[in-house]
Amino acid sequence: MISVQNLHVRFGDVQAVQGISFAVGEGESFGIVGESGSGKSTVLRALAGLNDEWTGLMTIAGRALAPKRGRDFFRRVQMVFQDPYGSLHPRQTVDRALSEPLLVHGIGDIDRRIRQALSEVSLPPAARFRYPHQLSGGQRQRVAIARALMSEPEVLLLDEPTSALDVSVQAEVLNLLADLQDRRKLTYVMVSHNLAVTAHLCPVIGVMQGGEMVEMLSAEDLRAGRISHKHTADLRRLSTELEEA
Amino acid sequence: MKVEIANLSIAFPTPQGLSHAVRGVSLTLGAEKLGIVGESGSGKSLTARALLRLLPPAAIVTADRLQFDGIDILKASERDMRAIRGKRAGLILQDPKYALNPIMTAGAQIAEAWRNQKKGSRREAMQAAVDLLAQVQIRDPQRVAASYPHELSGGMGQRVMIAMMLAPDPELLIADEPTSALDASVQAEILRLLEDLVSRRGMGLILISHDLPLVSHFCDRVAVMYAGRVVEELAANDLPRAQHAYTRGLLECLPTLSHPKSRLPVMARDPAWLT
Repeated sequence: MISVQNLHVRFGDVQAVQGISFAVGEGESFGIVGESGSGKSTVLRALAGLNDEWTGLMTIAGRALAPKRGRDFFRRVQMVFQDPYGSLHPRQTVDRALSEPLLVHGIGDIDRRIRQALSEVSLPPAARFRYPHQLSGGQRQRVAIARALMSEPEVLLLDEPTSALDVSVQAEVLNLLADLQDRRKLTYVMVSHNLAVTAHLCPVIGVMQGGEMVEMLSAEDLRAGRISHKHTADLRRLSTELEEA
Repeated sequence: MKVEIANLSIAFPTPQGLSHAVRGVSLTLGAEKLGIVGESGSGKSLTARALLRLLPPAAIVTADRLQFDGIDILKASERDMRAIRGKRAGLILQDPKYALNPIMTAGAQIAEAWRNQKKGSRREAMQAAVDLLAQVQIRDPQRVAASYPHELSGGMGQRVMIAMMLAPDPELLIADEPTSALDASVQAEILRLLEDLVSRRGMGLILISHDLPLVSHFCDRVAVMYAGRVVEELAANDLPRAQHAYTRGLLECLPTLSHPKSRLPVMARDPAWLT
């Protein structure tokens, strides 16, 4: 479904991403982990078309991506951001936020689709005419996910979708993402600094450091400690140390 | 130094009547590390801030006892409070991007905190700032002292904030989600640093977080808050034997590397927890 080959991204003199390659099959999930500044979000933003200063080859569903994307691309590929406080317009109701993608893409049957989307992300119908500030953080992230689903995309790009949430709410959102993937055969690329969260959702994980993907491994290998790169081992140790508390 | 909180309640007036944010919380703390864990809105930050009387003006605070080293916080004058805040008790906030002054260098901010309490010369203060930065394990303290907050990474900024809070040699440090804006590796470093400084200086520490395993790793005792109440208080190493369903839920809903589960258990909230 997604293939990225030799992706480079630079900001001025800084090489933020230095020749990254990976592929994700249809209905599968790929996770990218790394620390701040490792370039993981930059990869996602280049893929999403939010940054056009890149070189390399990226294809989605067999079609090569140009720096500027057409409307069809944005229908098929949607993104969910980290901070549900910042990613929803504070003066638009949930109804407005969810109908916008439908209007943009000329999809009809708005009323039914919004009701269905709300129930799909387990929000009460009453949430439809609320403003973001009247919702909790977890509810807001559900709205952001519902909005991403409105155009019936095939690919969802997830940038730290749960790191702004409480651990109990994080569990709910992770379960929701897994259910949606089952139901809709979505393809996920998720970026996170949390190894355990990434390994929970993604069977294959790429580890980034300093703009390079230093290791790509399966979640089982990560759990079992079958690791070849030192940075992966460091990240794993930090994560398991706290679990043994 | 001893902190005593007995039956603390905090409420806010709303058009629908009083909203009770903290309800009957009792805690005591000496020179030890206490973790307060709970979700957003559980009242954990309000409880800690009540100790420094840093609540919004609308807050209605009642308590049988609210004391810092024998000083009654509820009755203390603003002048007495100023002698506590920043001097005897420091507060470390979540995000250094917002908590530091963007138009002062890191060194000048630490020096200001130092001079406020110690009344030295400008040059002494700058030297103290550099020493403090070295104490929080910044490799190049001279350079960092001359940098503005936007030139520092999140982890560096958080160290600057800790250095600033350490300047007056406080007896109590309150850290309100000090690492949730940081990477896992930096997070561990900062917490280890805090733990080390607190034990070395014999300070008390209140660590507020929503991450239960993290807190229990670095604290002696953990108080778990839910909807304004402490539902369970236990020694950190007793955590696997936690009794309350909410505490157990918090532990189980975390994905872990060592114990994979195909579906995360979601917390069923029992209305009885509210009473």
